[in-house]
Amino acid sequence: MNLGGGLMGSMAMPSSTVSRKSSEVVTADQFPVGLRVLVVDDDPTCLTILEKMLRTCRYEVTKTNRAEHALNMLRENKNGFDVVISDVHMPDMDGFKLLEQVGLEMDLPVIMMSADDSKQVVMKGVTHGACDYLIKPVRIEALKNIWQHVVRKKKYEYNKDVEQSGSWDEGDRQLKHDDAVSSPANDGSWKNSKRKSGEDDEADDKDDTTTLKKPRVVWSVELHQQFVAAVNQLGIDKAVPKKILELMNVPGLTRENVASHLQKYRLYLRRLSGVSQHQGGLNSSFMPQDPSFSTMSSLGGIDLQTLAATGQLSAQTLAAYTRLPPTIKPGISMPFVDQRNLFSFENSKLRYGDGQQSQISNVSKQMNLLHGFPTTMEPKQLAVLNQSAQTLGSMNMQANASSSHQSSSLLMQQMVPQQRGHISNESISSQVPRIQPSVGQPLQSNGNANAVLSRNGIPYDPVNQSASVVDFSVNHIPELPGNSFPLGSTPGITSITSKGFNQEEIGSDIKVSRGFVGSYDMFSELQHKPQEWQMQNPNMGFAGSSQHVPSVQSGVNVAPSIMVNQSYVSGQKNEQNGHSMAGKPMYSAGLENQHMGMQNVNQNYNSIHVNNSSRVKAESVSDVVNLGANLFDYSPEDMLSTIMLKQQEGIGSGDFDFDGYTLDNIPV
Amino acid sequence: GYLDEQFIQLEELQDDANPDFVEEIVTSYYTDSVRLIQNIDQALAKYPFDFEKLDNYMHQFKGSSSSIGAKKVVLECSQFRKYCAAGIAEGCVKTFQMIKQEHAMLRKKLETYFQMLSSAGGT
Repeated sequence: MNLGGGLMGSMAMPSSTVSRKSSEVVTADQFPVGLRVLVVDDDPTCLTILEKMLRTCRYEVTKTNRAEHALNMLRENKNGFDVVISDVHMPDMDGFKLLEQVGLEMDLPVIMMSADDSKQVVMKGVTHGACDYLIKPVRIEALKNIWQHVVRKKKYEYNKDVEQSGSWDEGDRQLKHDDAVSSPANDGSWKNSKRKSGEDDEADDKDDTTTLKKPRVVWSVELHQQFVAAVNQLGIDKAVPKKILELMNVPGLTRENVASHLQKYRLYLRRLSGVSQHQGGLNSSFMPQDPSFSTMSSLGGIDLQTLAATGQLSAQTLAAYTRLPPTIKPGISMPFVDQRNLFSFENSKLRYGDGQQSQISNVSKQMNLLHGFPTTMEPKQLAVLNQSAQTLGSMNMQANASSSHQSSSLLMQQMVPQQRGHISNESISSQVPRIQPSVGQPLQSNGNANAVLSRNGIPYDPVNQSASVVDFSVNHIPELPGNSFPLGSTPGITSITSKGFNQEEIGSDIKVSRGFVGSYDMFSELQHKPQEWQMQNPNMGFAGSSQHVPSVQSGVNVAPSIMVNQSYVSGQKNEQNGHSMAGKPMYSAGLENQHMGMQNVNQNYNSIHVNNSSRVKAESVSDVVNLGANLFDYSPEDMLSTIMLKQQEGIGSGDFDFDGYTLDNIPV
Repeated sequence: GYLDEQFIQLEELQDDANPDFVEEIVTSYYTDSVRLIQNIDQALAKYPFDFEKLDNYMHQFKGSSSSIGAKKVVLECSQFRKYCAAGIAEGCVKTFQMIKQEHAMLRKKLETYFQMLSSAGGT
């Protein structure tokens, strides 16, 4: 049969850089032409017709009538195909089995087809991860569009990688954290991250050469079944390689083999869950499966995490809004939030550095802090904000919930961007002249936000290959007397692949840093209660959402923070907004991206943060980060200017008022 | 009346590089469908019917038939599968007779059609 030989122009992936490859593939000129399709169907007639149709579409077609054969071809040449089209009913291997194996091993988009159009079968395809389901007779019109799955998958993978790595790391980390909080853990996590990133590659089908060569276990269907049985027996949350290995009791299988497979399996599950979530719309769902999630909660420290995948878009804008709680008690409120953002790249291993905080040192960058306290808000503004905030909030929530899920979060992100774009526009529009709704796609920003109480940083490791993950951790100090704030300094660490980052410190306590990688995220955090924080990450550069804390308990209030990031082209500068005070965002690092410069632009701080005094005003800080990483080429123009809103208002002594928004737009 | 737009699509796919594409497909279909029909015949010869197996065969047959646009055959196939699902043996047997009939009828029609085509092309 025809093995599609080389990739054709556009498809050829330059195996080059890890991170960019997908975009390159996608953006190639003649794109769909030369798409390498593997068709599997036991029916020779159908197979011949499909082959003809696909060739008519100018794809590179490889056909086989046996699923096993298809699987072997895929295994032997992991990078040899872009998409698989498989019949459901085949004598040698059920199409769904093939689908599952492909999902586990190479993560290629798989399109199922069958003459059976019953809902159950179609659903089965969806739940097993099929990216499409074609009813026979397959029409050429349907085949003309299959390239979209390839593009989607690439994008998605990109995001996913990021997230997944992030979330996994978290999980791992936390576990480690429990065991050994201190530095020693670093090594471990590192390795994990490394290993993971390697695996991710593998899973993603690229660059697998190095990692794959090791002792390799072929996960046959039977072996996989044993594995699944073991995992199910243990429970997905509790399944650890060692135990699985014990249960499987297969000679020659090592813990590493199992660990690797487990990761893929989790990935696979996430992907599936993502699918379902996707269907469900934005429901906030927490996936039970999230190991990381549960662990997090157990830690108590972190409530939410959000991972956003970021991405590919070069410019992103994040705007965050903050809201203020309508009623705040006088005298009190201090929000403080420490946030940290970590961005990690692959390169940087932020993760634990030495200590938790020490981590920061490693990385650079970003933080966003926002505090808002407002004693008084203006209703209208708030209202507007609120809505947006809510919507964002909800979005975020989901994101958070799903944090552990890669897929879900990814989906979220993708979905979200647009909405946010709108939202931001709406809410901000008046204030901000330009926001562009199109945010593009932020594809890959990842943000993890963690809020931790009384803890300072929690490191996350996001391991992304390409993507950067941002973590936020927020610390809260419940105990503060009303007036005091803890402003913790927040360390932000971000590592960005792009390498630019900004750090700023604002006021004595707060720092803001930004990192961008290709993409950036904003977060707003809110706290309702001391313990709980909500984080939001908007990914995609969008405005971060703000959150409200309606009532704070006597102790603390939190103000929402807003961050906005904008990406700039490197050329740009940072701007400050009038309000911005002490903190200034400065700088931008443009690194790799030519396009992107990072900047923080507006930050307005109402320095309040800085003030310890009882009066604080709401502050919103926004950071905008834009990341340059664009997978797609976007021109800087795409980037949106970021806007920040802040509200501040007079500060009464004792009270805060806050209404200010500052928005900045930065035209790029 | 025997074929649907899928067949037309096949004809559209035919090009200079593959002038006999449709005929090849049809030939392939008949070669393969004969095997399937045999399988079904055998399955129908055994009592009690293994409806699952029948359904499976019929599914393949239907998929194959639909890919060449054999509309009437496909319709009967669907009917057959309904009977299978309902466990109605008589219906299956009866419908299968219809299927074979349609299948044979179509074959004749197609043969005639191709002959006409070639003679037309020849002159």
